[in-house]
Amino acid sequence: MNPAPAQEALHAPLVVEFPFTRSLGPVQSAFLTGLRERTVLGVRAGDGRVLVPPAEYDPVTAEEIRDLAEVGQTGTVTTWSWNPAPRRGQPLARPFAWVLVRLDGADSALLHALDAPGPDAVRTGMRVRIRWAAERKGEITDIACFEPHEGPEGGAEAGADGPGERAQPRAHDGQFPGEAVTGITAPARLDYVYTPGRAQTRYLNALAGHHTLGERCPECRKVYVPPRGACPTCGVATDEQVEVGPSGTVTSFCIVNIKAKNLDIEVPYVYGHIALDGAGLALHGRIAGLPYDQVRMGLRVEPVWAEGGRYPDHYRPTGEPDADYDTYKELL
Amino acid sequence: MTSPREVAVVAFAQTDHVRATDGLSEVEMLLPVLRDVLGQTGMAAGEIDFTCSGSSDYLAGRAFSFTMALDGVGAWPPISESHVEMDGAWALYEAWVKILTGEAETALVYSFGKSSAGDLPEVLTRQLDPYYVAPLWPDSVSLAALQARALIDAGDTDERALAGIAARSRESARDNSHAQLRGSEPVDTLLRGDHLAQPLHTHDVAPVTDGAAAVVLAAGDTARRLSDNPAWIRGMDHRIEAHSLGVRDLTDSPSTRLAAERAGLFDEAAGPPDTAELHAPFTSQEVVLRKALRLGDGDHTAVNPSGGALAANPVMAAGLIRIGEAAARISAGASRRAVAHATSGPCLQQNLVAVLEATPAGAATGTAAGTAAAADGSEGDPE
Repeated sequence: MNPAPAQEALHAPLVVEFPFTRSLGPVQSAFLTGLRERTVLGVRAGDGRVLVPPAEYDPVTAEEIRDLAEVGQTGTVTTWSWNPAPRRGQPLARPFAWVLVRLDGADSALLHALDAPGPDAVRTGMRVRIRWAAERKGEITDIACFEPHEGPEGGAEAGADGPGERAQPRAHDGQFPGEAVTGITAPARLDYVYTPGRAQTRYLNALAGHHTLGERCPECRKVYVPPRGACPTCGVATDEQVEVGPSGTVTSFCIVNIKAKNLDIEVPYVYGHIALDGAGLALHGRIAGLPYDQVRMGLRVEPVWAEGGRYPDHYRPTGEPDADYDTYKELL
Repeated sequence: MTSPREVAVVAFAQTDHVRATDGLSEVEMLLPVLRDVLGQTGMAAGEIDFTCSGSSDYLAGRAFSFTMALDGVGAWPPISESHVEMDGAWALYEAWVKILTGEAETALVYSFGKSSAGDLPEVLTRQLDPYYVAPLWPDSVSLAALQARALIDAGDTDERALAGIAARSRESARDNSHAQLRGSEPVDTLLRGDHLAQPLHTHDVAPVTDGAAAVVLAAGDTARRLSDNPAWIRGMDHRIEAHSLGVRDLTDSPSTRLAAERAGLFDEAAGPPDTAELHAPFTSQEVVLRKALRLGDGDHTAVNPSGGALAANPVMAAGLIRIGEAAARISAGASRRAVAHATSGPCLQQNLVAVLEATPAGAATGTAAGTAAAADGSEGDPE
């Protein structure tokens, strides 16, 4: 059979979405609980620096660090960039600046958004303060964003050393009223345009026309169904299309007794490996059209297409005599 | 570390990098590269002792895409194989160690990235600190822009100098038929364009790329047999910065410097490299890397003669390509000593440095003498 003419590859939207549930270490727990209570905690590292956001382990020595300290809610921008087109999930829906902010009393900087009218209103060294979210639940987004703030470091909250002086953090036991936050749930969603590739496009398009198209390895001559574009034994492209089936032989099977969620098939049913005639390996599919306890190795089956279906709904017996074991033993 | 056993890059191949492949699966994109790189050595897939790959399922949203890619190397019956969810430069590191320990004489390293399937700056947010950073979804361009701003504030660069890096890189890529962006508008024209994420313009940012690359490594005499002109790996090391962006000095890269030192880049006896292939997906990161690698602004080192990641940035392969390009330059006789760098993570979070050298002049084999002649400026092999 000649190579099929080039077809436009299939593609379809694919959304990958999951909520990551993460447990917290004691320092992270205190920090996020603090945010819920409108308090910002840092942790003192081995070299005396107060890290905000706080880490469980020292960034230099990797020692466990546990000494918490409260820092100010005002701070200084250490660097920034302008985000003219906010994306889904980012802190603000209108254009904003990303900023690293060293909060008063801290020695490291926190990444967040700065609500500013435009890039001309932002500069390194500018003073900012936290804008708290109205509803807080112990997440980094309890800080809604930062906003511009007039006033030098060392205000009343952080313990004044006079205008312009570095504020001093205050020791904190990490205890807050109410339950401590011990975990976060972080939803993640990524949108893709999925393509199965050229070989599988050929396969799926042929299948929609009720033809099963394998691809033959030019070296070992094995016919792969479904094809993935390469022979995993020889490591070369498979580009010769070969129509296989439609009938095939059951090489192995199992009886399914557990009903899968959202699956509209009564149990027990049979799921089997089926070597289509001419294929070099078995594919899998559901076997029906006979009592489940009569399915056997060697049973000859053919695909059954649902109305308008792009792929076989299941396989049913052809009525032929069973295949001899020797004809499929290499395909088990 | 520096190498106690001779290991060389003996072959390198890459795709013609594009914004989006025409409906290819990863393995379909990768196969021609694998055929090419093995063909250069005359080896069949099954003759390779160890295979190691680098890729990330997040790029194309295809679960276990690396196992699908294994179809391309003839992984059945089972071969000795490994995979890192990192740039292929780290896969090359693993393969190098495997050869150093005597477990293998040859290794095939490959990597691929099909970023066109997703929204790359958004996909890359998923590699960030999941507690304090990832929930804010800061895109990779914005984070790089924070670093660029820090560099400008520190007086290390300005927007014009960054545009100069962009223009130089893409002009260099005119000679690279694999590159995606070949040639550049002049700096003045570039600077009239809008900011993408101030202070970064579009020209400061690597393109989104689909592509793949592969390298064959071999030890000692095997390398000499497989290549007329192996590129010897004299040392290689990788190091990482502290976890949080806010504890780092974004204008410097101590991890790169340390890796370079451990890889032997600063050995005084060897002298500075004549070639540097730096994995800097943003112009501003080249500024940081030049400083860390002590390349200066002088012309003793050709920086990114391939065009670098600014000319083609297949994520997960762009670092491996830096090693491949450096090695190819040595094998072509255009370099005696080259440094290759690969990075991973936000704002140069993790860095790998490899030092590669041509066979020393006057070495006792015929092929090595040929190498020396070519590097001395003769025409070399007429083939």
